[in-house]
Amino acid sequence: MITFQRVFKRYPNGREALAEVSFDLASGEMAFLTGHSGAGKSTVLKLIALLERPTRGQVIVNNRNTASVGSGAIPAFRRQVGMVFQDHKLLADRPIYDNVALPLVIAGVTRRELDKRVRAALDQVGLLGKETSFPLELSAGEQQRVGIARAVISKPPVLIADEPTGNLDPDLALEVMNLFKRLNDVGVTVMVATHDVHLIDRFGVRRIHIEHGQLAGFPPDVAA
Amino acid sequence: MSRPNPAKVAYASGRRSPLAALSTWVERHVQSLVSSLGKLVRQPFASALTIGVIGLGLALPACLHLVVVNASAVTAGIEKTVQLSVYLKQPMTAEQARKVRQGIDARDDVLDAQLVTPAEGLKEFEEMSGFGEALKALDDNPLPYAITIRPAPLFDSPEAIESLSDELETLPEVEIVQVDTEWVRRLDAILGALEQVVLLAAGLLGLGVVVIVGNTIRLDINGRREEIEVIKLVGGSNAFVRRPFLYSGTWYGLGGGLLAWILVSAAVGFLAGPIEKVASLYASSFRLQGLDPDGILALVAGGALLGWVGSWVTATYHLRRIEPRA
Ligand SMILES: Nc1ncnc2c1ncn2[C@@H]1O[C@H](COP(=O)(O)OP(=O)(O)OP(=O)(O)O)[C@@H](O)[C@H]1O
Ligand SMILES: [Mg+2]
Repeated sequence: MITFQRVFKRYPNGREALAEVSFDLASGEMAFLTGHSGAGKSTVLKLIALLERPTRGQVIVNNRNTASVGSGAIPAFRRQVGMVFQDHKLLADRPIYDNVALPLVIAGVTRRELDKRVRAALDQVGLLGKETSFPLELSAGEQQRVGIARAVISKPPVLIADEPTGNLDPDLALEVMNLFKRLNDVGVTVMVATHDVHLIDRFGVRRIHIEHGQLAGFPPDVAA
Repeated sequence: MSRPNPAKVAYASGRRSPLAALSTWVERHVQSLVSSLGKLVRQPFASALTIGVIGLGLALPACLHLVVVNASAVTAGIEKTVQLSVYLKQPMTAEQARKVRQGIDARDDVLDAQLVTPAEGLKEFEEMSGFGEALKALDDNPLPYAITIRPAPLFDSPEAIESLSDELETLPEVEIVQVDTEWVRRLDAILGALEQVVLLAAGLLGLGVVVIVGNTIRLDINGRREEIEVIKLVGGSNAFVRRPFLYSGTWYGLGGGLLAWILVSAAVGFLAGPIEKVASLYASSFRLQGLDPDGILALVAGGALLGWVGSWVTATYHLRRIEPRA
């Protein structure tokens, strides 16, 4: 579902973020993306969502080589990839309902179906009844769950998350990670970049570890 | 990696019918239409300023146009059949003058020629000018013999009149030839040129409206950069993010067009009384013309169209440059 073939990424400022990264995440698989700060985790996710393009190598998502996706086709491509961000990226001046509904509005779903699915998505993340609240009226964990509801509402086959638990206390972090696991259980391919060692140990899922832009074995302290 | 799972089946999304797609398309547009109007109302000052400038920009060529229309209406009421007045040299006897008239009357390009004696001329002048008393103070009648000519119907083109006038002027008895309605023709030509000026002004000011709307939309886009990035991040296309801006621009243009209509109507209403009063002094039944329905439609629809164009150009250009960062 997500395949990196000898991917090399150099940013315009000359910074080499990734070198010779290759991995393959099967459809319906879940993986944690780990590594020190600046290792290149966000870069991997940005390449998957076509927020950046590889300098060399192939990135294949959902059977589609991203090199073949022209700029006009990027929006449609992104609708196949749900994204969750550490800073939520919600629209502060729109109620929760509008925030969650956004991908469906973009996709042109009828109002009746929209209503049903927004409710279902909010129910899934335990926020039913918060439709008319605004993002800043919610706690960090709640905002993160709004972001997840928005990422999954259009039922993308791939879900990527960049440090979704970074700002959350351990209980909330666990709750959010459980949510990802449940989505993975219904067949979504999930990739989560995280620093959270406790969570990594707790969930027995695959780990992709990067060090200085290269795939590496796990550091001894969490390798067990 | 696939496990049989009922929830997984529910997750997969279905396809939509063309009819449903059409109805959502209409629904989305109506929604954008209403929400964009709401946005303008929520920033009343900035919106009013933009609409005001557009209104003035559209009202100006419309007013110029009405000036031309009304001036044309005035000249249309004036007799356009051409007359030539031939003034004979002095001194001249009545016998000589009659001979000259006969000679002119015999020409093919002349319908008829009438002799006006100095006495007749003086009488007519007194009646028309109201300078009767002053003229009576003169000992002698200063007026020459004159011959009034109506050209033959086939010879009333400006060129034919000109050559007739030139030929008459070469006669030894003739002092000067005057084409009486020449000023009407000249005025018509000036009005024709003025109509071109109106078109040019309308073109330039229309371009101005496009620029004004474009600038307003650009500021709006800059103010909503973050929002645009988020929408693009979750898969919104350029066309999708552009839509509300197109509606805003069209509303601005429509509002400006309506305002221009109001301004022009107010100006006509304000001037109609005084102008008709002046006209009545000249025993003229002239009435100031305002915008006809076609003109109103052109103003309002034209305003909306220019607003749409301005927002389309700006939004298309600037929105492409906003790329999401994560
Ligand atoms: N837009 C950019 N332009 C230039 N260099 C960048 C850009 N984004 C990231 N980098 C560089 O690329 C390297 C990898 O960055 P990346 O954001 O992928 O790291 P990360 O693993 O996500 O780190 P963190 O855990 O701190 O988020 C860093 O050295 C960073 O300075
Ligand atoms: Mg990062």
